Amino acid sequence: MTTPTIVPTHNFGTRDPDARGYFGAFGGRFVPETLVSAVEALTDAYVAARRDPAFRAELTRLLVHYVGRPTPLWEAARLGAASGGARVFLKREDLTHTGAHKINNALGQALLAKRMGAKRLIAETGAGQHGVASATAAALLGLECVVYMGTEDMARQALNVFRMRLLGAEVRGVDSGSATLKDAINEAMRDWVASVADSYYLLGSALGPHPYPLMVREFQSVIGQEARAQILAQAGRLPDAVVASVGGGSNAMGIFDAFVDDAGVRLIGVEAGGEAITIGRHAARFAGGAEGVFQGTRTWLLQDDDGNVTATHSVSAGLDYAAVGPEHAWLQSTGRAEYAWADDRAALAAFESLARLEGIVPALESAHAVAHVAALGRELGPGGVIVVNLSGRGDKDVQSVANLTGGRA
Amino acid sequence: MSRLDDTFARLRAEHRTGLVAYVTAGDPDLARSAEVIRAVDRGGADVIELGVPFSDPLADGPVIQRATERALAAGTTLAKVLELAAGLRADVAAPLVLFTYANPMVRMGIPAFARRAREAGIDGVLVLDLPPEEAGEARTAFVGEGLDTIFLLSPTTSVERIRRAAELGGGFLYGISRLGVTGARADVADSAESLAARVRAETTRPLALGFGFSRPEHLRAVGQWADAAVVGSALVQVVADHAGNPDLGGEVERYVRWLRS
Repeated sequence: MTTPTIVPTHNFGTRDPDARGYFGAFGGRFVPETLVSAVEALTDAYVAARRDPAFRAELTRLLVHYVGRPTPLWEAARLGAASGGARVFLKREDLTHTGAHKINNALGQALLAKRMGAKRLIAETGAGQHGVASATAAALLGLECVVYMGTEDMARQALNVFRMRLLGAEVRGVDSGSATLKDAINEAMRDWVASVADSYYLLGSALGPHPYPLMVREFQSVIGQEARAQILAQAGRLPDAVVASVGGGSNAMGIFDAFVDDAGVRLIGVEAGGEAITIGRHAARFAGGAEGVFQGTRTWLLQDDDGNVTATHSVSAGLDYAAVGPEHAWLQSTGRAEYAWADDRAALAAFESLARLEGIVPALESAHAVAHVAALGRELGPGGVIVVNLSGRGDKDVQSVANLTGGRA
Repeated sequence: MSRLDDTFARLRAEHRTGLVAYVTAGDPDLARSAEVIRAVDRGGADVIELGVPFSDPLADGPVIQRATERALAAGTTLAKVLELAAGLRADVAAPLVLFTYANPMVRMGIPAFARRAREAGIDGVLVLDLPPEEAGEARTAFVGEGLDTIFLLSPTTSVERIRRAAELGGGFLYGISRLGVTGARADVADSAESLAARVRAETTRPLALGFGFSRPEHLRAVGQWADAAVVGSALVQVVADHAGNPDLGGEVERYVRWLRS
């Protein structure tokens, strides 16, 4: 196996939405009036920053020397043997500083915030990984940081709450609604509407009003840029499929991006099937949702007949969200990407099997992508090549999995 | 001339500051909400805004969030708010404006929503998360049904966008007098006067200022710069405080009268 020499690079400015922030029929800017000027100013600042060689050089410097990029592409031979003999490669975002892909976006946006003169970062978090990444970026760049987190998520991701506080962030519990990620986003937007003059909203997924879905995907595009070069070097060809879990969809957009123009590469997003595909018990938007407008964007979401957003469930806090990023809705509508789901049971089984087969404990979010590999590997057979985005590590989940399994490992 | 146009023309002719009263429709339940709305009308509100409860009211502060939760728990939906309005239209004098988030309307289908709103006797629609740039389809449907499209303006709104909202909107412009979510405050923000001055420089369209007002002296202050003041959270709090009171309507009516004193 040759080890390619890769400098982390981004795909900036080649696949922009239209001027109003639409990917096909999805996206846009459905925000309260007070935030319109803020998202317009943010768009201008972002477009200027991504063209600026100094901004890009500083981002690359941080990604190499602070985050530890490029991350390896590991051929998981034992997982492949157990998956119909296909060659399975894991993109090891779990090995980044702070342990998940979220840091790629948090550092990019925090640099932008600093460039725009903001003193304070506002962030929301589900599993806590984006909150930890934001708190980390704030500490590094000398910014204040307030993180909103649903109280249900605070209970199941207590380790990350402690990490955020250790990093100097203020964590504010949100107990409205379902006390999960969507409620944390509502509260973050309420904060931003009042503090827009000096605060920067550091949204963690490819969601929300334009330019966030574009900007978050582009800051995460480093994953796909590296993975595409690595798979060409290591397998000698493009993969048959790229697989990633989809909550809001940032890790998936980050790795899909480099392969969108490779027509022969299947792009497969895996949503959270929860306990069952019935209202309130899952978070598989393409399996049980409909088009709508939510938290600033037109996309697919889980809602009732009256247009109220329904409760969701997933064992994974990071996938437990009622809407999906608008670019995913577009890729689904054009047929360029396909979306499957894995339920809680399958994700927990994959969590355990990856630990046993490869010595890697994945985040429960990433375990949903791993769960899809067995069936896909059998479908593709021994000649198949699969790249899986292992978006984060599972240390944060060990306690809650132990609770779920009664301590049996 | 729409009913809203008539109302604001009369306010200007009488040199009187209007009161736009917001209530969350279906709070505490649909039957008592009807009683509240009648009381608001009897108390002398010039325009009544009916808030459509939505699961994720991200522009609202705690008081309206709680009202929304009560209304949803009591089974309120957009369709039921329209039925409520239709049942009240004959004996409520004030124009009725629906105040909603986009998704319930999108779910119903924008043309169907516009038609049903007109049939229910609604005069105007304000969609909180539908700025003019996203409002094209809705505005066309509203105009087609004779409904006024109410746009919001904020201290952060540019002059170009004030002009566009004045041009595309109908009825009145709703000026958000301070940054932040809905909720009563002790005083009138300095940003209220400067926003009103910026709007006045661009358009003669009637202007109602809102966010934070709860007292008669707030209305008098707003009257120096704008056509009307919006009272929302403070009125919703009166409803919450007296939800179990057999004289809920009387309490609401007295509060609205006091605001106009």
